Amino acid sequence: MNFEISVIISNAEFLLLQGLVGIGRFGGGTLRLAVPAIVLGFAAGIILGLARLARRGWIHYPAAIYIEFIRGIPLVMVIFWFWFLVPVVIGRPVPEYWVALTAFVIFESAYIGEIVRAGIQSVPKGQIDAATAAGLNYFQTMESILLPQAIRNVIPSLVTQFIVLFKDTSLASIIGMMDLTKAAQTVSQRELRPFEMYLFIAVVYWACTYSMSRLSRWLEVRMSPERVLSR
Amino acid sequence: MKGNPLCSRPARHYVPAKPRPVAGELHFSDGRDFMFTMEGFLGLSYQFRWSVLWQAPHGQWLLNGFLMTLKLSAVSWVFAVFLGILFGSLRTVPFRPLRMVASAYVEFFRNVPLLVWLFFWYFGAPEVLPESVRQWVIYHGMEYWSAVAGISIYHGARMSEVIRAGIQSIPKTQVESGIATGLSVSQAYRLIVIPIALRLIVPPITNESLNLLKNSSLAMTIGVGELTFATRQIETYTAKAFEAFTAGTLIYLGLCLGIAFVMNRVERKFAIPGLIARTERAEH
Repeated sequence: MNFEISVIISNAEFLLLQGLVGIGRFGGGTLRLAVPAIVLGFAAGIILGLARLARRGWIHYPAAIYIEFIRGIPLVMVIFWFWFLVPVVIGRPVPEYWVALTAFVIFESAYIGEIVRAGIQSVPKGQIDAATAAGLNYFQTMESILLPQAIRNVIPSLVTQFIVLFKDTSLASIIGMMDLTKAAQTVSQRELRPFEMYLFIAVVYWACTYSMSRLSRWLEVRMSPERVLSR
Repeated sequence: MKGNPLCSRPARHYVPAKPRPVAGELHFSDGRDFMFTMEGFLGLSYQFRWSVLWQAPHGQWLLNGFLMTLKLSAVSWVFAVFLGILFGSLRTVPFRPLRMVASAYVEFFRNVPLLVWLFFWYFGAPEVLPESVRQWVIYHGMEYWSAVAGISIYHGARMSEVIRAGIQSIPKTQVESGIATGLSVSQAYRLIVIPIALRLIVPPITNESLNLLKNSSLAMTIGVGELTFATRQIETYTAKAFEAFTAGTLIYLGLCLGIAFVMNRVERKFAIPGLIARTERAEH
């Protein structure tokens, strides 16, 4: 079999614009799903991480059970739960995009919550004592003392999780959302060139995730304490 | 090319304008009387029928799916661990070209979604195989072997990161003292570095193995009849989504928690006395 680059070139516009960015007739788009999912998942993850460390039992037990439960089941299952039950519960069909976004936020916030918790636990306890002594309340302590240090400590695992989330958005194609994977599927069914198509989107995915991991390394250097102090 | 039955939206989600109660089907209650009754579930009356899970063909599907998940995960796990040990060790050897080959493998394969790899190995790769090999694969369960290839190569790349971290967490002096006592480099690796690293990486490897188990559910998309496929099939045949997905979810949850519990015991049993330091848990 010969490798036909022309198939890739003639379909690159559809794959990249529609599949990756989400500009086109089908909605969807990997980036349009991944970016809100990362932002919302991060926010929910911070809340979950804080909740898991809460002193009150009625806050931290539900958070712990939630995290352990979600971490024990595959993402496909979570997506199917939402895909089949949300329309039944609210009584009308929900667009694939919103099903996927909800499922991703629910799923990834559990993993991000664990990372945030590890980050908070890595901050020396004296910091909290010092903040309390300085007269800060819980939210002030969290916001300006604990979380900045905690997040900085876990940037590598956090970005790794974002990369995982970015890769996981390909699962939205299972329920029919027009993301990069679904676009490649559609094109390869028309062109009968699956080898070229899937290899091409593998390279596109790789380029995105690899630049994310480079960004993480840059952030790590930029936000290291030595550098912050020297400024 | 085989059509993916999961990509088209089942028509039954479009609720008819006038819902009519039919035994064994989903329907909405238009009156308020179902709202907070036991059979009402958030305002719709849904008749639970848990027996669909063990009724004549469905119980068998579920069991077969469960066994297939175990088989697929186990076989892929063996290959993934082999690849992981091979490339994880290669990434630490003092010879640059080998390190670069290993890095290229790891960076490329773990940074692309597993789903894309599954499609690639199932739809794309057979086209470039020689005709005889392709015939053999087609007649010996192509879905299964594509899934094994996809999962083990993807997770092999991720395992090798875990194993590399384990190896690098071992002080260099261990290798140096091994060489000083007259071992060759490969002997120092085989007899000293790898046995210690294996113990150190039990927690992250367990984590990664559970990821593999959960990710084996993606094999459903290329038609491997594993657990998620079976629950999906039961759902399709009976329209009992709630029961089917509850069964699947609980089985996965039980498997994951069970394995985590056992591995915790194993970890404590094989711990090297006096060595407390653990490698960082792999999250990727």
